[in-house]
Amino acid sequence: MRRRRVRLAVPVPLLVPATVGVAFLVLPLAGLLARTPWAQLGSHLATPGVGQALRLSLISASLATLLSLVMGVPLAWVLARSGIRGRSVLRALVTVPLVLPPVVGGVALFLVLGRNGLVGSWLDETFGITIPFTTTAVVIAETFVAMPFLVISVEGALRAADTRFEDVAATLGAGRWTTFRRVTLPLVAPGVAAGAVLCWARALGEFGATITFAGNFPGTTQTMPLAVYLALQRDPEAAIVLSLVLLLVSLATLLLLRDRWLGRSGTPVA
Amino acid sequence: MSLSARVVVARGSLALDVAAGVADGEVLAVLGPNGAGKSTFLRVLAGLLPPDDGRVEVDGAVWDDADARTHVPADGRSLGVVFQDALLFPHLTLGENVAFGLRMRGVPKATREATAGAWLDRVGLAGLGDRRPAQLSGGQAQRAALARALVVEPALLLLDEPLSALDARTRLTVRAELRRHLADFPGSTVLVTHDPVDAMALADRVVVVEDGRIVQAGTPAEINRRPRTDYVARLVGLSLLPGTGEGRTVRLDSGGVVAVAEDAAGPVFAAVRPESVALYLSRPDGSPRNVWPATLAGATLHGATVRCELTGEVPLVADVTETAFAELGLAPGARVWATVKASEVAVYAR
Repeated sequence: MRRRRVRLAVPVPLLVPATVGVAFLVLPLAGLLARTPWAQLGSHLATPGVGQALRLSLISASLATLLSLVMGVPLAWVLARSGIRGRSVLRALVTVPLVLPPVVGGVALFLVLGRNGLVGSWLDETFGITIPFTTTAVVIAETFVAMPFLVISVEGALRAADTRFEDVAATLGAGRWTTFRRVTLPLVAPGVAAGAVLCWARALGEFGATITFAGNFPGTTQTMPLAVYLALQRDPEAAIVLSLVLLLVSLATLLLLRDRWLGRSGTPVA
Repeated sequence: MSLSARVVVARGSLALDVAAGVADGEVLAVLGPNGAGKSTFLRVLAGLLPPDDGRVEVDGAVWDDADARTHVPADGRSLGVVFQDALLFPHLTLGENVAFGLRMRGVPKATREATAGAWLDRVGLAGLGDRRPAQLSGGQAQRAALARALVVEPALLLLDEPLSALDARTRLTVRAELRRHLADFPGSTVLVTHDPVDAMALADRVVVVEDGRIVQAGTPAEINRRPRTDYVARLVGLSLLPGTGEGRTVRLDSGGVVAVAEDAAGPVFAAVRPESVALYLSRPDGSPRNVWPATLAGATLHGATVRCELTGEVPLVADVTETAFAELGLAPGARVWATVKASEVAVYAR
């Protein structure tokens, strides 16, 4: 006898809060779309400040992602594969920025890299380099906040990957570095890609650490989120248009990640 | 080319201490139940796990020497390893997989592609070099894994349960092919398996490992005829009856007495093949000297024969035809008489 799959009815005590939850998450976005001044969309987007903020945001978020990849992938490997002592402490330290209020991160960066900071004063005296309130500061702030997302994602992929492939590579004469490049990295590529997208999205939306450490100067440190916040006080319509742009970018990100998060069965993630 | 190894590893409940030597072109099977330490032994030979003690030497080169603190890692050994699941790199084509070892040795692209192609040809996968591993059947994947291991002409070939992931039919053909490739292979081969058929079909010599120790060593025929532990006896389908020889009889440790055809003395094993045992519902008349009452404990069908587990003073396994089993009207719990001719009982010293 074949059993039919019965869809379970949702109990009311679960259904009601769930419905409220969906409304809570979706309504603000719908409100944003409803209040969008579609007729003036073009003129708002053409404002020089908008293009400038968007370009700065995209460039700095991409640079932050690149930095995160360069540092974060090796870090994830160390956390997932190496036998070094104090790994759990290291992991905790690395993930602190995930739970730390970004403003605190900004203050901390300022204290270290500011003109009077521990490293900042040395940089200033030795090379004449000042970091705060520059585009470099934007990238650093975004990297600080976003890199843990990449590290966590890549570490998860590394832990899930079958280490026996690395054994096979070793028996075929591959050293550890070659094995990493030729076998491990390709196997966890989907995880690295997902982590990079997540990292990029987080960097793009970064506000607190950026405004604290890099300030809010149009053209050099005023990224989209900062511009939105500023516009909301001066020109709400412009703020809505800018928000809409960020919303679209977020949706595009979600689309990139849909295989991973929306449970579509794509290629099996290593 | 030859391997000489003594491997000592203590890991949790496993205390492995196994010594083995394998000559040129020889195939040694390491046979044992799961958890006996066979795979650990193989991992040490492969350089994936440093031994706690012991020494591994291949062709005069020392790969491991615990006393001298020598440990050559896997990528420094002249090895080929085939694992249970073929473990072809999923992101590479079949050709790239087979050529991987050559690439690691800096062989130019054109040469390694030609060599890999020739090897694919040898294992019956000609023209499939552009396929991805996901597009292969289990048997094809395992053939490719063998080609990948052999392409570098290793001094030592290690096979870790190479056939156990395959379905019964594929296993037969791949086993036959493997036998052919092993015959051509000039180096030493160590085959780890829990399947006695693999060991009998592929190996020149067998060591049986239980609980980290070698409990029996010999040619496949010796192991097959004269098992020394219950585990091996069950594997080769014999009833193993330990006892004490007293002339033409063996007094079993478990209580019964077995008549044998040759003189026996001291501690011995009496071994009985399942097909030598006949079953009757009433005590048979006539010549057989070994007649024992028994209870049918269980029965399983193997092809056209039914394998019957008997309990009683002489615990036996009997194979009867399906027809006979039906005619006797046997069911678990049935009381039967089991007979074995004295000449059908093998006796050898413990």
